[in-house]
Amino acid sequence: MDRKIRVLVGKPGLDGHDRGAKVVAAALRDAGMEVIYTGLHQTCESIVEAAIQEDVHIIGLSILSGAHMTIFPKVLSLLEKKQAKAIIVIGGGIIPREDMKKLEKKGVKKLFGPGTPTTEIVHWIRENVGARSGKTRPRKSKKTRSAKKR
Amino acid sequence: MNFLKKILKGDKLTIARVISDVENESNAKILEKIFPYTGKAYHIGITGPPGAGKSTLVNVIAKRLLEKNNKIGIIAVDPTSPFSGGALLGDRIRMTDLALNKNVFIRSMASRGSLGGLARKTIDAALVLDAAGMDYILIETIGVGQVELDIAEVCDTTVVILVPESGDSVQAMKAGLLEIADIIVVNKGDRDGVDRLLMELKFAFELREQKAGWDFPVLKTTATTEAGIDTLVFEIQNHQEYLNKSGRLEKERKAKLMRRINELVGDKIKLHLREKIIQKEELERIIDKVYERKLNPYNIADKIAKKMIKTRN
Ligand SMILES: Nc1nc2c(ncn2[C@@H]2O[C@H](COP(=O)(O)OP(=O)(O)OP(=O)(O)O)[C@@H](O)[C@H]2O)c(=O)[nH]1
Ligand SMILES: [Mg+2]
Repeated sequence: MDRKIRVLVGKPGLDGHDRGAKVVAAALRDAGMEVIYTGLHQTCESIVEAAIQEDVHIIGLSILSGAHMTIFPKVLSLLEKKQAKAIIVIGGGIIPREDMKKLEKKGVKKLFGPGTPTTEIVHWIRENVGARSGKTRPRKSKKTRSAKKR
Repeated sequence: MNFLKKILKGDKLTIARVISDVENESNAKILEKIFPYTGKAYHIGITGPPGAGKSTLVNVIAKRLLEKNNKIGIIAVDPTSPFSGGALLGDRIRMTDLALNKNVFIRSMASRGSLGGLARKTIDAALVLDAAGMDYILIETIGVGQVELDIAEVCDTTVVILVPESGDSVQAMKAGLLEIADIIVVNKGDRDGVDRLLMELKFAFELREQKAGWDFPVLKTTATTEAGIDTLVFEIQNHQEYLNKSGRLEKERKAKLMRRINELVGDKIKLHLREKIIQKEELERIIDKVYERKLNPYNIADKIAKKMIKTRN
């Protein structure tokens, strides 16, 4: 059976607007993905823990509070610490261009500015998860992944 | 074999990956290797209509069981959209209290609709958690439709959650919910209409044929304030003890294993049929004739079965 793309959509930090995150979550579902929505006010630790237990391909974080320069690096380093670096981290929100560059250098794979059409996000995820471990990943490559990781 | 050791040790990364493998049916041998280490976890099914408070209750039940030093696995099943094949899995939102507890593992599963086998896959995923040393496995499903009822039935204790908004007891009976319940909970005890529903359900349960020695409790809870939760957890463990002492746990688990083996045999036969006994083109020709009423399905089934038995010898 096809490996479905699994995405965790999270809303770390203190700001209380999750409309954007919900819109993205619904769009990803409508594109056939399985979306784990963790709700508001999540800590980085609980997001990473959930991503591991849910075995997602991607973590997508929506950050409007301005705390992006602390949250993204923290999530990345927790993933590394937990040997889950294979999980792709992307994000969205109001993030100045120079910060975007810095974050992408640190390992955030992609940042979407406010107002990005959801189709663009869907497309990006399909491309990037598809290439790595995608939906139609043949059984063989799946086994090699397991073998390596275990 | 390294992965097995990691599961037995409770390594969450490995547990998560193996559950994915089970879910995707991408590694048939995995379950064979895990199986000898299972059979210890107690399965609790939590089912009921959408929005009844199942996840909120799972959260508080788990908290109580954790206080008693148990390890808890949670599987929360939400429906796959039949249109897109995608799913929005939101049960975790209600379980943030548990998010960082090292003795808890939570997994959301999409029902993946028409492809079937949901009940089986859920139980297989539970096997992984069982091997990982969980004392209790809580399985949340929406109580609509046969598949969901099947899952609930596979659990040792099935708790059915109702709320006044979901209708009266007759509707619950029609949906088959009362038949599968070992414990009935009316949640949202802070809302209007709770006591009436409670009365109706107590009455309906009196009509239900008593399974020897077990009085079906009908309880009131308010998951959001945790009112009534101690009693609920007490009754769950009471049911567990009752099943253990009466020997029914063993009996029912054996019956489930029997069903499971039958199911697997059925699968194998179907595969064998498709691959060895009868070619697709031939089958299509036969179907054409059956359609034209020149042959009949009963006779054909007989012939195929006989041919199958012959080729095995
Ligand atoms: N007033 C009141 N609200 C409750 C109670 N229990 C749960 N809720 C609320 O009901 C809503 C649904 O709760 P969930 O726990 O998500 O219900 P669920 O049955 O898991 O829902 P689905 O998984 O979507 O079917 C949430 O807003 C809860 O806060 C209760 O006892 N009283
Ligand atoms: Mg729920």
